[in-house]
Order: sequence, then C-alpha cells, then structure tokens
Amino acid sequence: MNWDVLLPLVLLLVVIFFIGVWSNRKMVKSSSFITDYFLGSRELGGLVLAMTMVATYGSASSFLGGPGAAYTIGLGWVLLAMTQVATGYFVLLVLGKKFAIVARRYRAVTLIDFLKERYQSKSVVLLSALSIIIFLFAAMAAQWIGGAYLIQSITGLTYTSALFVFAIAVLIYVIIGGFRAVAMTDTFQGVIMFVGTLLLLIGVVIAGGGLDQIFSDLMNENPNLITPYGQDGQLTALYVSSFWILVGVGVIGLPQVAVRAMSYRDAKSMHRALIIGTIVVGFIMLNMHLIGVFARPVLPGIEVADQVIPLIALEVLPGWLAGLVLAAPLAAMMSTVDSLLLLVSSSVVKDVYLNYVKPEASDKHIMKVSMGVTGTLGIGVFFLAINPPELLIMLNLFAFGGLEAAFIWPVVLGLYWKYGNKYGALASMITGIVSYIVIFQYNSTYGDLLGVHAVVIPVVLSLVAFVTFSLLIKRKAYYFPRG
Amino acid sequence: MSDTTKPVERRFKIAHREAWIGVLLAVINIAWWYGFAYSLGSKPPEEYSYILGFPAWFFWSCIAGFVVMVILVVIVVKFVLVDMSLENEEEEREEGGDPS
Repeated sequence: MNWDVLLPLVLLLVVIFFIGVWSNRKMVKSSSFITDYFLGSRELGGLVLAMTMVATYGSASSFLGGPGAAYTIGLGWVLLAMTQVATGYFVLLVLGKKFAIVARRYRAVTLIDFLKERYQSKSVVLLSALSIIIFLFAAMAAQWIGGAYLIQSITGLTYTSALFVFAIAVLIYVIIGGFRAVAMTDTFQGVIMFVGTLLLLIGVVIAGGGLDQIFSDLMNENPNLITPYGQDGQLTALYVSSFWILVGVGVIGLPQVAVRAMSYRDAKSMHRALIIGTIVVGFIMLNMHLIGVFARPVLPGIEVADQVIPLIALEVLPGWLAGLVLAAPLAAMMSTVDSLLLLVSSSVVKDVYLNYVKPEASDKHIMKVSMGVTGTLGIGVFFLAINPPELLIMLNLFAFGGLEAAFIWPVVLGLYWKYGNKYGALASMITGIVSYIVIFQYNSTYGDLLGVHAVVIPVVLSLVAFVTFSLLIKRKAYYFPRG
Repeated sequence: MSDTTKPVERRFKIAHREAWIGVLLAVINIAWWYGFAYSLGSKPPEEYSYILGFPAWFFWSCIAGFVVMVILVVIVVKFVLVDMSLENEEEEREEGGDPS
C-alpha cells in the first residue's frame, strides 16, 4: 500500500497522541481527579460539546455500515439515516439545563451518579452499572473489530497487527488523558469527518458525471433505488419511521450520550452546541449516506458493504486525499471507542468500586485505580477482539436498543416526573432489557413484530412499567434538593 | 410539606419550557420529514420531478428538511432559550428569600 494514503493516517495518530499528553498535563492542575478524568471538570465549551456528542454517536456504523447499506438499498436508506438529525438538538434540549443543574447539585460525574441520588437505591445502581458494563463492553469490542478491519484493508497489515495498532493508539490517550482527551480528540476527529465526507461526496459526484447522470444511471439500473422504499420495495413507511426511536430521539437513553449533557461549562456553551451539533450531524449523515448511493453507478458490484467507502475513496480521489478521507471512519471509530472505554471504566471505578468497595479512597489511589481499570478493560477488549466469541457479537446487537429501552424513562422521567421512584425505575429497566432481547430474537426469526424496529415496543413497555410501578408501590412525590 | 404548596424553582420552570421546545422541534422535524418523503415519494419513479438534481421528495424531505431544522434551532437558541447560571452558589443568591 502506498505512503500517500498512509501518511494522513499516521498524522492523525500523532496528533491525537499529543492531545492525550496535553490533557494529562491539564489534569495534573485540576482540583478533583475524578471529576476531571471522567467529566473534564465540566468545562466543555460549545464546539467541543457539539463535536463530542456527534463523534461519540457517529460510529463505525455511520461511516462504513450505513453508506454500505445505502449502496445496496438506495435513497430510502438516506431517508432513514436522516432521522439522526434529531440527535443534534434533542438530547441537549430535553435533558437540558435541568439535568446540568441537578448533576451539579448531586455532584454527579456519571449517569449512574444521577440515578443513585435520584432513586436512592442500591439495586438501581448495580443493575445500571451491570448493563452498562456488559452492553457497552460488547459495543466497544465490535468497534475495535471494525477499526482493525479498516486498518487492515488500507495498510495490508494482518488483522492482529492492525488491531494492535488501533488498540495502542486509542489506549494511550484515553488512559492518560481521560474525558478531556476524549472530548478534544472527538472535536479534532469530528472536523476530519466533516471535511472528509464533503471531499468524498464532491469526488463521487464528479466521478459519476454529475447528479443528473448519476440519477439516470440509478433509474436505469433499478427505479426503486431512488424511491423511499428500498431496492425491493422492502422499507415500509412505518418501519423507517421507527428509526426515529432507535437512532433519533431514543439516543437520549444512551449513557455515553447522556453523560455529555452534564459536562458543559455554562448555558452559553449548550446554546452554541445546539446549533453546531445539528449542523454537523445532519451534514455528515446526509453526505456520508449519499456517497454510498452515488458510489453504485461509479463502482458497481461491491459485495461487502463495509468496503464501499474505502474502495470508492481510493477510486475517485488522489492517494493523499483518500488517506485524509479514510481517516474519517477511523476517527469515528476511535471517537466512539474512547467514549465507551471511559464510560465502562467510570462504571467500574466510580459506580461500583467507590460506592460499595472503598468509599474513602484518596485522590491518588483513585487515579491509580481509574487508569488501571481503563487500561485493563482496553487490554481485555483487545484479546477478545482477536478472536471474537459468538456471545460478544450477540451482545453488541442488543447494546444500543437494550440500553435505550433500559435508561430512557429512568433518566427522562426521573428528571421531569416527581412521582418516579425506584420501583418504577427497576421495573422499567428490567422490562426494557428483557423485552428488547426477546423481541429482537423474535424479529430475526419471524419478521418484525407489528412492522416496527425491535426497539419500539420495549420503549413503550418500559414506559408503562415505569409509570405503573411508581404509582402502585410507595407513591411519593420527589423534590430535588436545593443547591 | 404537601405536593401543591411546594413552589417550582424559577430555573426549573425555564428548563421545563425548554425541554418541551425540544419535543416540539422533534415533532416538527418528523412531520416535515415524513410528509414530503411519503407524499411526493409514493409516485412511480418515472414521474418524479427533480430539484437541483435530486428527486423532489428527497430534496424537500432530507435536504430542505435539514436546512429548516437548522434554521429553527438557530431561532430557538437566539430568541427563546434563556442564559442562566447552572451552578449551585448562584442560586442561593438569586433565591435567597425562598423558604424551603
């Protein structure tokens, strides 16, 4: 493989390494290690907040799997992907300032800190920590596998060496730099994604002979490709709309996204992030998936969906530019992995260890444990990803929908409904996770129940469970303590 | 201390309103997205009209829809959202007279 393509990728790794070192320097000066390591001392500004939200959320699936699906399915998949525009404003507005204020009062550093104070229940804490650790660990491993495959396909390294490169790159800056390093690298990676997708889109449109030519080619091949219904007419309006819950508004229940809603400095930062986030997420999603569709007439016959973006980039762009563009999916994966790694680590250290094992640990001790746990988790993922077990792959499939169904109501109604209590929260989490796994399995065997994505019914059921149990068992209004 | 007598904090009132605005934006977003995609898009593809090179349903639903959402978010941020402190100390000063 030529150095033109590799050079931008190597530069990417060097820059994020330095961001890690810089964050570590900054952390040494901060007053509380734990707030800084897991939350960047709540001082994210607007741009960084917006970028870290987008980058955490936009993972390998948006950069490789998504465009690959658009390549096969056509404009219908771009329509589906555009449900994600909502993530740009919905989470920050709905969790909003109340979440930020309450998190400060509780001195909450993780999402579970919030749940712990709000529901005053050990069972809620342990169940949440367990589901975060299991599901996000699996989700993280899946991203590592994707990252290694991408490095492998660009560089020609073996899978294991590619995985090693990816692991070292991510681990160093996350372990030493913590949340601030993650947020800063996310910003840098977000900019790469933004520019990279734009360049690639322009390249593909030119290679395809302009929009008119591309659409008439698609029309000649299969008119369904330019309808909202998919290449075989398989996408119903109801099914596509149900993605508003999975990847649109439901994202509010994902712990790695929600935790960012308590990390910003002030109201102004949040206001700026709303605008930047909406623009960036919409722009990236629209471009990336359009690239997938437009790649079809330019480079027909690609069999493996994940290879559409690497192949089309190498086809339509000069080497160094292709390298820059391909840094985008790599950046997307790293920025998802780093957030998940830190979140899983925070669940182990803050939510379990400090709460129940050693509450009076010193700052120095916490620092050792935090970095140790982050490192151990990373190495664990590395070994699992070398030869991923079946169970891991299955857990990853459940991860996003399962976590959304589990957390959406305990978080949102815990914040806005005074009668929400621990019985409601527990019932809601158990109902959400169990019904998601059951319905997911049912759908993959018998087709989609009621014609909607597997996440929809569990989200409704967990709402019913939350409200019913909160009202039935020890109903009592809750008021947030005054600061 | 019964449910009805406890006053809602001033900052929470504003925050509640802003959360509802978030919900409203999502509703508008979904309606716009769905309306254009499945009204203009349900014609046979041979009869599609094109705007700026894109099929009209796609242009209105995904491209214009995205631009409209950005404009709405900008309007909300500039004219509706309230700048306020999120810290604890500030509140005691602001609401010092509030008994609770």
